[in-house]
Order: sequence, then C-alpha cells, then structure tokens
Amino acid sequence: MGNNLEALTTIFTEFYYWVTVVMMFLIHVGFCMYEVGASRRRNHMHTLMKNTMLIPLVTITFFFFGWWIYWAFPHGPWIDGGKGLDFAAGAANAPWADTMGTNLGDHITGVFWAAFLLFSWTAASIVSGSVIERIRSGAFWILAVLIGSVAWIIDAAWGWHWDGWMVHILGYHDAYASGVIHAIAGGFALGVLVVLGPRLGKFAADGTPRDIPPHNPWLVTIGLFLIYTGFWGFYAACNVPIISPEVIDGQITGVTWTATNIYLAPTTLSAITFNFLMSLSGGLLMGYMVSKGDSFWTYSGGLAGIITASAGNDLYHPIQAMIIGGVGTFCAYKLHFWVERKFKIDDAVGAVAVHGYAGFIGVCIAGFVLWGVPSSPYEGYAAINPLGQFLGAIIMFGVLGFLPGYVCARILNGVGLLRVPKDIELLGLDIKGDEDYQRAVNDVRDAEKAILNG
Amino acid sequence: MSTIKGLDSWAVDLAEVGAVYPFQGTEVAMVIIGVVLWIGWHIWQIKSENAEIEEDLHMADKRKKAIEEIDRY
Repeated sequence: MGNNLEALTTIFTEFYYWVTVVMMFLIHVGFCMYEVGASRRRNHMHTLMKNTMLIPLVTITFFFFGWWIYWAFPHGPWIDGGKGLDFAAGAANAPWADTMGTNLGDHITGVFWAAFLLFSWTAASIVSGSVIERIRSGAFWILAVLIGSVAWIIDAAWGWHWDGWMVHILGYHDAYASGVIHAIAGGFALGVLVVLGPRLGKFAADGTPRDIPPHNPWLVTIGLFLIYTGFWGFYAACNVPIISPEVIDGQITGVTWTATNIYLAPTTLSAITFNFLMSLSGGLLMGYMVSKGDSFWTYSGGLAGIITASAGNDLYHPIQAMIIGGVGTFCAYKLHFWVERKFKIDDAVGAVAVHGYAGFIGVCIAGFVLWGVPSSPYEGYAAINPLGQFLGAIIMFGVLGFLPGYVCARILNGVGLLRVPKDIELLGLDIKGDEDYQRAVNDVRDAEKAILNG
Repeated sequence: MSTIKGLDSWAVDLAEVGAVYPFQGTEVAMVIIGVVLWIGWHIWQIKSENAEIEEDLHMADKRKKAIEEIDRY
C-alpha cells in the first residue's frame, strides 16, 4: 500500500467483502430452516445434515480448485480468440499460491475468495431443497461439489468476469446473478430431478400430483425471510465498492472514483438498494396474487422477483425492477405447476421455478430492457442485446446447469448411489437416529423414575 | 443505439454523468403504470377476500367447526 488513501481504500474494500460474507451466511441458515420446515418429521435430521455438510465439502474443494477455475477459465478455454487457459491469472489463485494464506501484501484475495465461496454454497443449497426426502446424502454431496466448485464457477469465469468470453462476444450482462447462480442451479436441480424421480406418494396412479405440505410452514417462511436478509449481502458482494478509473484502465475518463458491478462498469449501492426492494415487492405482490395468498408461494414470489430483476438491477429504474419482478414471479409459478403435471417432476420446494425459470427469464428480459447498453468499460466488447442474453440463459440453465446435473445423476443412479431404498424412504431417513433418540429418552425417564421411587 | 439515452460506451467522465437507467423521459408514464398496478392489486385483493369470506360463511357445520377451532386455540 503506497499511501494512506490507498491503504484506507484497501482496508475498506477488505472490510466490505468481509461483512458481505457474514451476511451471506444467513442465506444458508435460511435454506436449512426452510428445508427442515418443508420436510416431514421422519426426515428432519437427514435434511439438515445434507445441507449443512455441503459447507465443508464445497469450501475445501473451492479452495483446492474452484477459485483457480474462476481465474483460469474466462476465455473458455479456446472460445475467445483461440486463447487457452489463463495460467498467469490462475497461478496467483492456485491453492499453493502465497496469496492464498496470510499475506500482508494482499488484503483482498481471502475476502474475495470467501464472497465467491458463499455463492458456491448458495448454488449447491438451491439444489438441496428440491431433492429432499429421497436422495442419498453421499450422492448429494458429490453433486454439491460439482455445482458448487466446478459448474457454477466455470459459468462465473465465462459470464461474470470482466474478461469473460460471454461478456466479450455475447455482451452478456448478469450483474446480480439471475443466470450465473440461479438459472444454473435451477437447471442443475432439474437435471437431477429427472433421474431421481418423485417422492413416493407424490403422484396418484392417474398421474395427478398431490400436495405434500410442509410439516412446519412457519419455519419455512422464517427461513425464506432469512434468505431475503442474506440476499442483501449477496447483492453487495456482487459490487466492487470503490475503484478509480486508472485502476479500471478502460475507457472511462476523468478522475471520479466509483462503485462498479463485477464487469467493472459503474453503478451505485443506492441503485441496487432501490431495485432490490422494488423487485422484492413486485415479486411478493404477484406471488400473493397468483397463489391466492399461499404463504410459501408468496415468500417464494418475493425471492423470484429479486432473482428475475437481478440481471439488470444495477441499471434498471425501480419501477422497471418492480414490474420485471412481478412478471418473473408469475411465469415461475405457472411453469412450476405445468412442469409438475406434464413431466411428473417433484421439485419439493419449487427451487427449479424460483431460481431456474425466474433466473432464465430475468436474463432474457435484461437483453431487451438494456438493449445497446455497453456491457463493459473496455473497448471491443459486444453491447447488451436480446440474442446474447438468450444464448447466455441457455448456457447457464442448460449447458452448465441441466446437463452436468443430469449426467452426474445418471452415473450415480447407474451405480446405485442416487436414491435411498423404498423401505427406507417410507420408514424415514432418520429411522436409526430416531430409534436411538427414543431409546435414550426412555433410559433417562426410567432412571429418573427409579430415583423418584427410591 | 442504447435504451439508456446517450450511453453507447463507458468512454465518459463520471463527474458529468447523472441518471443511467433505461427509457429516461418516461418516468411519469412509469409512475402512472406503477400506481395503476398498485390500485389494481387492492381491487383484486378486496374482491378475492370478499369471495373467501363469503365461501367461509356458507360452510357446513359452522358452529361445530367454530368450537373445534376454539378448542384448538
């Protein structure tokens, strides 16, 4: 750090990302609460552990190779101008680099890595909810590593990096991750669900879907509220908080410092605060309306509203964000039940709809509303356009989401690792733990009564 | 041509840039649309609530159900 202003900027940036990481932890708390709330009593512990243990597994694998992928893969490799892997950028972010540890010359890598890591948890956690009550933990944790430390971070390198080939060639714009987190995770979940199949009893003999209500709707809604709260950290983490035009080194002239999105194009925290709240409101109003006041879908509608508007929430007007949030929520809700009926897909928490369909639609809408807006502050980048956004949405949802999820689930299914046996599903995945618990309770009761009776 | 008036590239001095959102100049129209949607939501909601209350009022065994609900607390 050359002078005190530079030092202050660096420490501010370090602290800024650190705070976003703490806030984003609440997303995971929320996911755990709403999954447990949505599951039935005989599956609680399995559901909780399934989601909790993705934390260490995705964390260590993201340290070992996920972070390196982000820096090495922005050009494809070999998609953008024949450029291969970026070994130079990757080297500073490989697990053996001296910047990947205590380093007084680098205050940023650790907190930036952690902010991305929390996105990785979110991607895996989105999948977790849709597959509850029948997937084997071992299978899910392999899938979690695949989406959390490989698939999503490739899409981030491609479409959520200032030098990503999708930004350069397609003009792809997805500032708050409608596609790069939500569409990919929703597509991945759908790929797994196609192979995994529905929970026993979900569909009647004639194919009519049955509602499997959450055992605790209050826990579900509080969980979703916590996800909203953590989402503030997610949004802030998508920005670079302060940067000078000289450091951006693009086309911006003058000396005015600014906050930017991940593509280093200017925005403000104020802009995303307006748009976060207005798209949340558009989603909640539409969710309440379309579901006729169902609490789960009203809350999910709020989330879908934010997710739909996220691609362009750095630039939208707040009323545009509100309307886009409402449109995405309507489509996600209708698509969820249509896909359920038509293809017999049992998405236990509506994750494919709320994240996948809303994210896909949001990326596409941004192509029209932001048509012609520069995607990058650098010269030679395509402007934002509908075709680039549509192709981007397909890459996120289909190529990097659905496909790896489907293929990996097929392999796991082929070796008998994907789904618990039918008898276990009926007994409940917690059967052993529940019996041990009851035995312990009975032992203690008997002991205390014996003491009471002398 | 960009939906954000005057922003075709970021080759600008940020000290001279103000609002950057699409379709500038349509703010009043957007507010009118927003207000219409808001009022429309209330109209739909009240109609929907009335229909729900009406349906509940015509429930069979209302008295028995009320006692059950009171006991359930």
